[in-house]
Amino acid sequence: MSGDERDGEAGGSERVRDAGFDDLLDAIEAGEGHYLRCSNDHGSLPPRRVCPHCGDRDLTERPLPDSGTVSTYTVVAVPTPQFADDAPYVTAVVDFGTVRLTGVVDADPEAVETGMTVGVTVGTSETTGDRLVRFVPR
Amino acid sequence: MSEVRVAGTGMTDFGRFPERTGRDLFAEAGLAALDDAGVDPGDVEHVFFGNFMGELAEHQGHMGPLMAEAVGVNAPATRYEAACASSGVAVREAVRSVRTGESDVLLVGGTERMTNMGTAGATEGLSIAADDLYEIRAGMTFPGAYALMARAYFEEFGGDSTDLAHVAVKNHEHALPNEHAQFRSAITVDQVLDAPRIADPLGLYDSCPITDGASAVVLVSEAFAERNGLDASVAVTGSGQGGDKLALQDREYFARTPASTAAAEEAYADAGITADDVEVAEVHDCFTIAEVLAIESLGLYDPGEGLGAARRGETTRHGDVPVNLSGGLKAKGHPVGATGVAQLASITNLLTGTHARSPDVGDLRVGVAHNAGGTVASATVHVLEVVA
Ligand SMILES: [Zn+2]
Repeated sequence: MSGDERDGEAGGSERVRDAGFDDLLDAIEAGEGHYLRCSNDHGSLPPRRVCPHCGDRDLTERPLPDSGTVSTYTVVAVPTPQFADDAPYVTAVVDFGTVRLTGVVDADPEAVETGMTVGVTVGTSETTGDRLVRFVPR
Repeated sequence: MSEVRVAGTGMTDFGRFPERTGRDLFAEAGLAALDDAGVDPGDVEHVFFGNFMGELAEHQGHMGPLMAEAVGVNAPATRYEAACASSGVAVREAVRSVRTGESDVLLVGGTERMTNMGTAGATEGLSIAADDLYEIRAGMTFPGAYALMARAYFEEFGGDSTDLAHVAVKNHEHALPNEHAQFRSAITVDQVLDAPRIADPLGLYDSCPITDGASAVVLVSEAFAERNGLDASVAVTGSGQGGDKLALQDREYFARTPASTAAAEEAYADAGITADDVEVAEVHDCFTIAEVLAIESLGLYDPGEGLGAARRGETTRHGDVPVNLSGGLKAKGHPVGATGVAQLASITNLLTGTHARSPDVGDLRVGVAHNAGGTVASATVHVLEVVA
């Protein structure tokens, strides 16, 4: 099988949609990001049928806060092939209250620090064009 | 409950052997363990085999039967996968099988072929131990994930890269006489700090290398050992396994590893020991910060206290509880699926006085092996003791 056949003509390297996850990216792109909240107020991210913290199955969509704070971050210098042209880049875990999201910070590595406030958006990988969660300093 | 004895150990050299297949590597390690035990392949009742990414690395799934065949065993064989803890969980399942009386003779081991993938390919392969949707697509790598944990550790407890560098220096020094180790060269703190960054604050020398290799042990029941006059003075007296959320973002802690804590507590209770009884440990130091988190989870140090242990000399071969006398993953090498069993083999050899570092540490009676998968969403701990 050649690489062309594997990738498919029409879509190039385009992924099949992942329900829940791609819905969330669509929503973030539209400025309407959400997360899931259980009846015990634990937050989690889709796709899920069960709260990972307490096992509750009563999950409802709640609006994702407009901004969060950087919990921890790293400057990745040696990437996977999917990020070859992006490196170096900053991957961060950002705290949005009861839920956290991991993404790439759109900022100079030197400018990023723990505790900084960032907004969330959807961008693309410079290498593959795949969509990903991006954070923008506020 | 049958007591589980380690009858033999075997491992290949760890290093760069891109042309060697997984089956060839495991054949070498497995046959060495069987020969060391004085056990005939025909007596083995089941092969418990650990491997992480055979499909990606050499287009090979269903590796259990293949590996049994490679060592001349005609018996059921099962592959276990728990990222870098793959062979640790294989050991645990084997221990349970002997204890219940279900089996008397088991071959347990693991293999990973990695260097043929190149740095980018191996980085990609290792990354799939993380959450595909929420971590890999955000550019997370295996070193990147530990870098997130290292920065969180510094934020919570203080300390810096110099403290971490001492872990790397120690483990390289420990590996010097280990003929199976990938790196047998001393390094300095300045070299660690001046090395290129992989994922800040972790640099090249904070990271384990990409490694090919295999390891194996023969586990037998006490009754089988006695019946056949085997030299098997070391027993696996405790086994524990812990788990955590796969993605870091869903964890309660970034700078602690509760899966390892749970595994250690279970293993200690199983063996009837406490952390105070531990005389030597092989822990999962895929990155320098990982060793720090491991020795804290094992109860050898309180949270925040483990970072300075190497710098203070406490975990060196001259210290109270030497950690990673084989060189650790850092210098011995980390052929992912082989690591857990290699740790078990190292502790066994330390307890029998046949380890390259035995002259440095004298007689030891209690050791632990700690094996972690991914960013410690999986962890196993095994307690080994001299019983005969
Ligand atoms: Zn809940």
